[in-house]
Amino acid sequence: MASAAHERNSAAARLAPQVRSTDSMAAEPQKEARVRFQISELNFYYGAKQAVFGLNLKIPANRITALIGPSGCGKSTFLRNLNRMNETIRGARYTGEILLDGQDIKQMDVVNLRRRVGMVFQRPNPFPKSIYDNVAYGLRINGYKGRLEEHVEHSLRRAALWDEVKDYLHKSAFALSGGQQQRLCIARALAVDPEVLLLDEPCSALDPVTTAKIEELMFHLKDSCTMAIVTHNMQQAARASDFTAFMLDGKLIEHSETSKLFTTPQDPRTEAYITGRFG
Amino acid sequence: MSTATTPIEHAVPPQSGPRALIHRLRHGDEVAHLVTLTFAALILLITSLLVFELWMGSAPTRGKFGFTFFWSHVWDPIGGDFGAIPFIYGTLVTSLLALLIAVPLGLAAAVFLAELAPRKMSDTIAFLIDLLAAVPSVIYGLLGIFVVVPLMRTTIGPALKHTLGFLPLFKGPNYGVGFLTASLVLVIMVVPFIISVSREVLLTVPREQREAALGLGATRWEATWKVVVPWARTGIMGSVFLALARALGETMAVTMVIGNDPKIRESLFAPGYTIAAVIANEFNEATSDLHRSALIELGLVLFLITFILNGMARLLMAATERGGGHNG
Amino acid sequence: MSRVKLIWRKSLNVVMLSLTGVAAFGVVAVLFLILGYFIWNGGTSLNLDFFTKLPRPEGEVGGGVANAIVGSLKLLFLAAIIGLPVGLLAGVYLAEFGGKTFSFMIRYTTDLLNGVPSIVIGMFAYSLAVLPVKHYSALAGGAALGLMVVPITVRATEEFLRAIPNSLREAAMALGASKWKTIATVIVPAASGGIITGMLLALARVAGETAPLIFTALGNQYWSPGWGQPISALPLIVYNYAISPYDDWHRQAWASGLVLLSLVLLANVGCRLVIGRKGVRSV
Repeated sequence: MASAAHERNSAAARLAPQVRSTDSMAAEPQKEARVRFQISELNFYYGAKQAVFGLNLKIPANRITALIGPSGCGKSTFLRNLNRMNETIRGARYTGEILLDGQDIKQMDVVNLRRRVGMVFQRPNPFPKSIYDNVAYGLRINGYKGRLEEHVEHSLRRAALWDEVKDYLHKSAFALSGGQQQRLCIARALAVDPEVLLLDEPCSALDPVTTAKIEELMFHLKDSCTMAIVTHNMQQAARASDFTAFMLDGKLIEHSETSKLFTTPQDPRTEAYITGRFG
Repeated sequence: MSTATTPIEHAVPPQSGPRALIHRLRHGDEVAHLVTLTFAALILLITSLLVFELWMGSAPTRGKFGFTFFWSHVWDPIGGDFGAIPFIYGTLVTSLLALLIAVPLGLAAAVFLAELAPRKMSDTIAFLIDLLAAVPSVIYGLLGIFVVVPLMRTTIGPALKHTLGFLPLFKGPNYGVGFLTASLVLVIMVVPFIISVSREVLLTVPREQREAALGLGATRWEATWKVVVPWARTGIMGSVFLALARALGETMAVTMVIGNDPKIRESLFAPGYTIAAVIANEFNEATSDLHRSALIELGLVLFLITFILNGMARLLMAATERGGGHNG
Repeated sequence: MSRVKLIWRKSLNVVMLSLTGVAAFGVVAVLFLILGYFIWNGGTSLNLDFFTKLPRPEGEVGGGVANAIVGSLKLLFLAAIIGLPVGLLAGVYLAEFGGKTFSFMIRYTTDLLNGVPSIVIGMFAYSLAVLPVKHYSALAGGAALGLMVVPITVRATEEFLRAIPNSLREAAMALGASKWKTIATVIVPAASGGIITGMLLALARVAGETAPLIFTALGNQYWSPGWGQPISALPLIVYNYAISPYDDWHRQAWASGLVLLSLVLLANVGCRLVIGRKGVRSV
């Protein structure tokens, strides 16, 4: 694990000298990074059934926070609250406070919230339109008046897809492979310049090579974007994230810098999970 | 691969005030909801209006004749005396006779398509039979006049008289038009529905049922007839009701070959009349308001009968979908 | 089990199964017989005159059905603009917005409307559109046909909208699209293939309807200017000419029937090839 991180750091150092290595970032994380999302005493209910219990969490800006835990622990449910996607489900409600940059997301206009907080889903879900139209979709519906082509190219570059599709922009999105489609969905989400990107197990349907590509592009996005990723792949959390939160049965058990959580977990349940004793 | 080293300008213009946007957004969604709801409600409105118009339009005859309308067999537009029996009789006779032939025929074909034919052949034939269902009524009517009627007069009629002429059903002169001809035309119009629906229902019968029967030593036919078809019987009944509703409401083809005689006769060779046919023939030329009202009342009767039949058919189809139809 | 019984059962098996095959192929053969008859009897009449000339006075030979062809097109146009929007929007309501009881009522009523005999629809259109103004018109005919288009369109729209997976709705909403924008820019376009096919099938179905036109469009020997006059249509030609005593009109009835049959079959074959056997059934 350590050598992989070191390799990545060197690659990062070569490509983007401004980005500090993870080691130095790990030194003073809480004081350096602003808090993007502040979640206080979140209780979430599907009708009568409670799925999240008293969750408190701070998601720092320009960092990647991973949410891990066994199936059904509520991590996806929690994630979907951050852009109010749970509102599409009848009977879903929550108590507690979720603040984005200090503002309560319940008070915000939900359309604006979703533009600021983007989402990438577990299975790639491109629209049955061309690659270009997929990426441009968010821009068009939000009334973007600038140069669409430039922005589409920019987003595709950020998603590490541009070189592969630049000559086929008007082909259908379904002509792409699964991994390419997922990167297209990332480009689509990035096109509206979200401040936060929520990723709900984005690599679970993909092969290791594509997974690595996506982890790498996430690393490069940190500068401009805060990310929260739900993953059931602990190696991915360890590789790719700065902070990790471990959830169990709807409760947040432990949350700290990734390296600390994986090497010296405080809670025995965390240790049991990461050493593979359950989940 | 290029990386973002400088902050990107916000591509989307910042929203001007959260309130304004909330209002515009909510407004858009609610407008859409309202508009689509209005059009959906329009359907309710129009259908209610239809029933209302039928009810009001038939008021004169309902007032004058009441229930005697339904057991009088006088139809005298000049004298102003109207009764529904000849038309109800004609409608029922032609439709039931058509079903008598169409159901075994349709079921047999459906069995072939569901049980015996290889999938591709089955799909192709089913596709072609669906095309038959799409053929307009007036086309069948044309064929009725120029093909079935002469056939009835020259071939089928004499053959029946020769073999079964002792029955009152086949006595009397044979002009080619009449109950039997209309029924035969209805058969071919109604068979595609029976085949289409029955085939689909038969295809849903679990393989294990067939295999259990065959495993016990039954022949293919016995397995089909004694196990598979009974399993699907609710759905098949549904298809029969649908076919019956279709036959009852069928206008053009029947009008062109029924003979237009509002009398009850025992012979199938005799000309008759159906509700739909008399409306088609006399509505435009109705001699009085009472005449027109009588026709509308007949239309109301037809509407009610088809409404009930379709309702029962839907119930049966819903029951099949829920996995019913095999009460032991 | 006795040998005789077994032989009997086996023979019965062969006989009955053969009969089912005969039934199936027999029914299909009818389709080809019908087509054959029409081509045989009407094919030779499909000349230029037939398509371009007006009908000649009763009993005279010659002339054509140009006004009926135009009339059918006009009526279909009216049926489309009256019935398709209602069907589409009601279908959108049922698939995307509907509340439980109200949706049930709408679906039930739509099915009811679908099952109403076309002659009754004709009478209804008469009382709404002919009686108040005391004359027959293309508009009344178009309205009657439009009414018949609605149930088929509603069912097709709802079915194809429901078939679009929820993940697409979520993707659009996560980008900040409001509900109606999601429906208009993603969901309906994605379902448009099936919806348009359903609409075409609905129009093909009403193109052949005669009964609703008898009391509304009535028929017309001449051209029908505008929308407020009685108008001719192909199905009316087939009907009226077929029951007439004139041989020449019989010939033209066959030809008109051939045109009608061809159009309806072509539309059905085309549409079904596009969407496959799943989807809109004519029942």
